[in-house]
Amino acid sequence: MSLLDMIGPVMIGPSSSHTAGACRLGLVAHWLLGEAPRAATIGLHASFAKTGRGHGTHLALVAGLLGHSPDDSRLPQAFAEAERAGLAVEFRDVDLGDVHPNTAHIDLRGERGRVTVQGSSTGGGVILVTQVQGLGVNFSAASPTLLLRYPDAVGMIARVASTVAADGVNIAALTCTREGRGGQALLAIELDAPLSPEALAFFSAWKDTNWVRLLPKLMDG
Amino acid sequence: MNAPAPASAWVLERDCAETGLDPEDIRREMLRRIGEMRASIARGLASRAPSITGMVGWNAQGLWEAPDVLNAPLIRRVQAYAMAVNEENARMGRIVAAPTAGSAGTIPGALIGVADHLGIRDERLVDPMILAAGVGKAISRRMFISGAAGGCQAEIGSSAAMAAAAVVELLGGTPRAAVQAASIALMNTIGLVCDPVGGYVEVPCVSRNAFYAVHAVSAAQLALAQLESFIPPDEVLGAMASVGRMMPAALRETAEGGLAQTPTGLAVTARMEGREPEGPGGPGGMVELPMA
Repeated sequence: MSLLDMIGPVMIGPSSSHTAGACRLGLVAHWLLGEAPRAATIGLHASFAKTGRGHGTHLALVAGLLGHSPDDSRLPQAFAEAERAGLAVEFRDVDLGDVHPNTAHIDLRGERGRVTVQGSSTGGGVILVTQVQGLGVNFSAASPTLLLRYPDAVGMIARVASTVAADGVNIAALTCTREGRGGQALLAIELDAPLSPEALAFFSAWKDTNWVRLLPKLMDG
Repeated sequence: MNAPAPASAWVLERDCAETGLDPEDIRREMLRRIGEMRASIARGLASRAPSITGMVGWNAQGLWEAPDVLNAPLIRRVQAYAMAVNEENARMGRIVAAPTAGSAGTIPGALIGVADHLGIRDERLVDPMILAAGVGKAISRRMFISGAAGGCQAEIGSSAAMAAAAVVELLGGTPRAAVQAASIALMNTIGLVCDPVGGYVEVPCVSRNAFYAVHAVSAAQLALAQLESFIPPDEVLGAMASVGRMMPAALRETAEGGLAQTPTGLAVTARMEGREPEGPGGPGGMVELPMA
């Protein structure tokens, strides 16, 4: 967290947690889908469900799905923007269990792919992404984040880390979770700088990985 | 003897070491954000348009145009600026969260209000604003900064502490006095609950920013006069965090207690959500709704 997260973000009101943070959760799904979004099902938990309407939470999430940042003045018209962009959105009130009260679960579909993201807006526009594609993660998108999904195998973390190192990029934090031994694994790596397009292309060409995304830094700091 | 370096210099150096950002980039961006704050003050003072729910929207301009019967132009300016930002926020306008949107008026109200009162240029607000951010960062390491997590004490308390330290630095106080001001501001905010009507960032949030902007200026004034926080700042933070943890969920932004559960609060919420009001605010009840 930097000084610019404390005096900031510059944002459309009325709530940093319910509006700016919600917009950023939508942005995570937008970037992880990696194509024009066509349909979204958004589950709203606790405070997001209860007081979201008057906080523009629904608008902010949709603005994020469209790739608009929290200070984009189109945010109050996000539903009209979604219609124009051909994105259909459905909201549901859900109980996600013992999670932060400002939590959303996003299921986003495009022509080719689909992504699920669960995350919380923890205050001041700061977010914590807790699940991607159904697997546990723990990152804030305050720095560029590399995500890879692959069938669990020996040495994968070492191979990925050495490629990142060869690209001259430092790893700030890393989580790896899997469905079970030999099941799908998800590696989330927070980086001090974005990876080069070459390194990213190299990962995408691996036959061992079935999903690679580089989420850009979504915080200002 | 050399004057001690301002606290903001230390804050900036530390932050840049942590994040790898360039100090000049941060200073430039802070100046731009001060400009954004100013723009939101100007729009807020110029507008009487109602908020999303219709509960607020005309208070800042109303105060700004009212006669100054107390002959306290600084207080009136600080309050009007703070409310202008929060009313702009409540109508989905563009603001700078500081540290949150619900508390966005406190720092511009106090810092820009004092600067305008004294005729100080925006360039001189950059370092105090960096100190404000540093105080916010220090608080968020130990405690919460959102009403949902720690009640309003965590949210407006943080912004008031940040603003108090900034005003001290602006007026040439020592780093120690700046930290003391933040601590005094927090000490006198402990226990404040987050009970907004309907859960919306409007009532009491708009007037509360006016109050806590003045609160920040008061804390700065005490600290500049050498008054110190009897309980050390770290312990004040610890106390506040512990009170936040004890606070029931009903008083943490859920609209299930306090002002939100008053007959008027319930009636306004029901009307907002297109429901028939329940209880004493319902049909045949005694409550006269104070809005158009």
